[in-house]
Amino acid sequence: MSKNIKFLGLLLTLIIIFIILLKGLNVSKDYSNEKLKSQIDFSLNAKKLFSDEIINISDLFDKNSPSVVNIWASWCAPCREEHQFLMKLKDMNINIIGINYKDSPKNAKNFLSSLGNPYSEVITDNDGTKSIEFGAIGVPETFIISGKTNEIIKKYIGPLTNENLIEIKNLLKKNA
Amino acid sequence: MSNYLGNYSLYIALIASVYLIFKSYLDANSENKYLDKNIILITSIQTIMITVSFFSLVAAFVISDFSNETVFNNSHTLKPLFYKVSGTWGNHEGSLLLWLLVLSIFLFIFLLNSRSQDTKYKLLTILFQQIIISGFLVFILLTSNPFKTLYPIPSEGLGLNPILQDPALAIHPPILYLGYVGTSIIFSASLASMISGNIGDKWARHIKKWVLVSWVFLTIGILLGSIWAYYELGWGGFWFWDPVENVSLMPWFCLTALLHTVIVLQKRNSFKEWTIILSITTFSLSMSGTFLVRSGILNSIHTFANDPSRGLFILSFLFILILMSILIFFFNQNKISNAAKENFILSKETAILVNNWFMMFFLSVVLVGTIYPIFLEVLNGSKISVGPPFYHNLLIPFLIPFLIFMSFGPSLKWIKDKLKKFNYNILIIFFVSILISYVILTKTENSFLLSVPLIVLSIYLLLVTIKDFFVSRSSISQKISHFGFSLLITSILLNGLFSNEFNSNMKVGDERIFNEKVVKLKEVNVTDVDNYKSLKASFEVTNKNSSFALYPEVRIYQQPLTITSEADIKTTLFSDNFLVFNILKDDGYYNVRYQYKPLMIWIWISTIFIGFGGLLSVIRKNEQKY
Repeated sequence: MSKNIKFLGLLLTLIIIFIILLKGLNVSKDYSNEKLKSQIDFSLNAKKLFSDEIINISDLFDKNSPSVVNIWASWCAPCREEHQFLMKLKDMNINIIGINYKDSPKNAKNFLSSLGNPYSEVITDNDGTKSIEFGAIGVPETFIISGKTNEIIKKYIGPLTNENLIEIKNLLKKNA
Repeated sequence: MSNYLGNYSLYIALIASVYLIFKSYLDANSENKYLDKNIILITSIQTIMITVSFFSLVAAFVISDFSNETVFNNSHTLKPLFYKVSGTWGNHEGSLLLWLLVLSIFLFIFLLNSRSQDTKYKLLTILFQQIIISGFLVFILLTSNPFKTLYPIPSEGLGLNPILQDPALAIHPPILYLGYVGTSIIFSASLASMISGNIGDKWARHIKKWVLVSWVFLTIGILLGSIWAYYELGWGGFWFWDPVENVSLMPWFCLTALLHTVIVLQKRNSFKEWTIILSITTFSLSMSGTFLVRSGILNSIHTFANDPSRGLFILSFLFILILMSILIFFFNQNKISNAAKENFILSKETAILVNNWFMMFFLSVVLVGTIYPIFLEVLNGSKISVGPPFYHNLLIPFLIPFLIFMSFGPSLKWIKDKLKKFNYNILIIFFVSILISYVILTKTENSFLLSVPLIVLSIYLLLVTIKDFFVSRSSISQKISHFGFSLLITSILLNGLFSNEFNSNMKVGDERIFNEKVVKLKEVNVTDVDNYKSLKASFEVTNKNSSFALYPEVRIYQQPLTITSEADIKTTLFSDNFLVFNILKDDGYYNVRYQYKPLMIWIWISTIFIGFGGLLSVIRKNEQKY
């Protein structure tokens, strides 16, 4: 292969990588954007953690008001740190649906029985596919999902903080 | 006051940088025999100005000058002095200033250290290094000026993230930066040598020092980050495959490959192009690391800054540098004289090449795992999750051939080696390691087929590297580093195989029995310390014939309101006993997590061995003989 072709090939690859990363910069901005238009596929089936019963995801959501979905795992240390804030949300009477990510049911149940259970319902996600459906890239992540349009209103990557709680409360009020 | 001083010193440094770029470019094209005195003078001025700027920021942190926005956002009067100082680089703006400081100091040391080198080569190195310096200066002044002022002056700062108040973390960034920035010298020097055409054994000897220095700092920097995660985050692990951790590991793989390749260049005067490519790649990876961490394109618990305009700048700058190096590489390739040399399969060159393949493979896995999610999301909007299982499944099986090659590669001769007659020593060592592994593996229940060859080979490699101390002809620094590496792999494998834990809710007075140990919660004391409230628990762990106490702590910080768990760890030569607890809301119960982790301390010790070997090689003069 001649030197020029090698050079042009390399140059082209570089330009493509540059453009992708440039786009990536803007994409990641959208995570915190409240207008993020991404719909959840509600036809999925999932197993409940406590009863082993298989249900349709759409049954978990209230059609008229937004819900909070939290992806967690017992092995995930930030989840442990975040847990106190989820309990606070529960105390504010906010409905939280838990997705237990790549976890053993035994450890997950232990985690909840020892730290308290903030979730109205927990579904298991052994292979991580359900979390991917929600667009999660790790644990913990928290979503606010509109019951009417199935859209993600807001997504939090990483553990929630005290400031997030107020924001979540306001968002829920606004979209109710 | 310090704000103005710091700010204007940066502008002066930028002017110096522009002057040096033009001056070194013009001089490099003339046939001057000696380096112009002005160049050394201006470089010194620039280094002094950046140092002044850095220390005026340190001063602002020490005296808690809240008219400075960076200080206001990241410091607090109640913070201990040590953490006020380390707060200087615990934030985005300050850490970039530190990058810049190290960049200019390294260039200065380079100038002092390369008197015997060709003038044109030196000028070109200055040119490339100044391009990098000016890029960082503009970046700092435009997007992340640490000397922005606030008016009216706030009376109190917002505090530093308490998770960052840890001695290991306070020195972790500077050490890691020394490693990263060291690669910039290698980058500039290899481009300069490409143009001036002096790549060869002499240049290899000269640049090897810089490769070693960067490598040692990078190794120790990664070690400190890992120690911080283990002790401070209280997760009970030392490596999480977090994108920010990966970003420091990638240049390490590349630099390790370069370290070995440079030796071939020095001894055999071959692998010239490959050395240059590795130099360019190593620095590009260090820069990409800065881009990935600082732009917020990655989502990680480690990313503290989040600003796309900064990302855009670093991205463009990074690509200009890469483009420049590719242009230089392609248009000067013909200057590299490659005397055709015969390469034999069984030789040290081949062994090092194999090492390079493995390093490139490990690098690609980590690179794909780190940035592929970003690519995929841009290309078709789908999101994938990459976690420890991905890395473990891809890396661990390949450790088997890697360990085999590493056990005999270093003892091969240069140019051509013969297949020796059957070596009974090796056979004995191999059977001994099978025996040891058998004893070890019978003690664990979880025996996957994969762990058998891994344990056997890692112990085999460990024994071989110990044997090499007595018989092999290679240098002592190499023996130490290789021994450290085999110890590291063995410790990590055994640690992974034998770690276990329990998790339970306890109140004062409760006892739990775990692996023939009794864990008892004796009391919890609440006290007010400096800038946080402390809950200190006292546990007693009783073994068959001994007992020890553990005092984990929960800290409640007010500025900002954060709760951190300080694990208490009882370390012995054989194992770590790790205990961490959390507050539960109701009825005086605490959530307690107890972990037994064997050989933890050997993971740190072996990494220190690895780094120490490198350090020894920098210091020792007669190292060249081997």
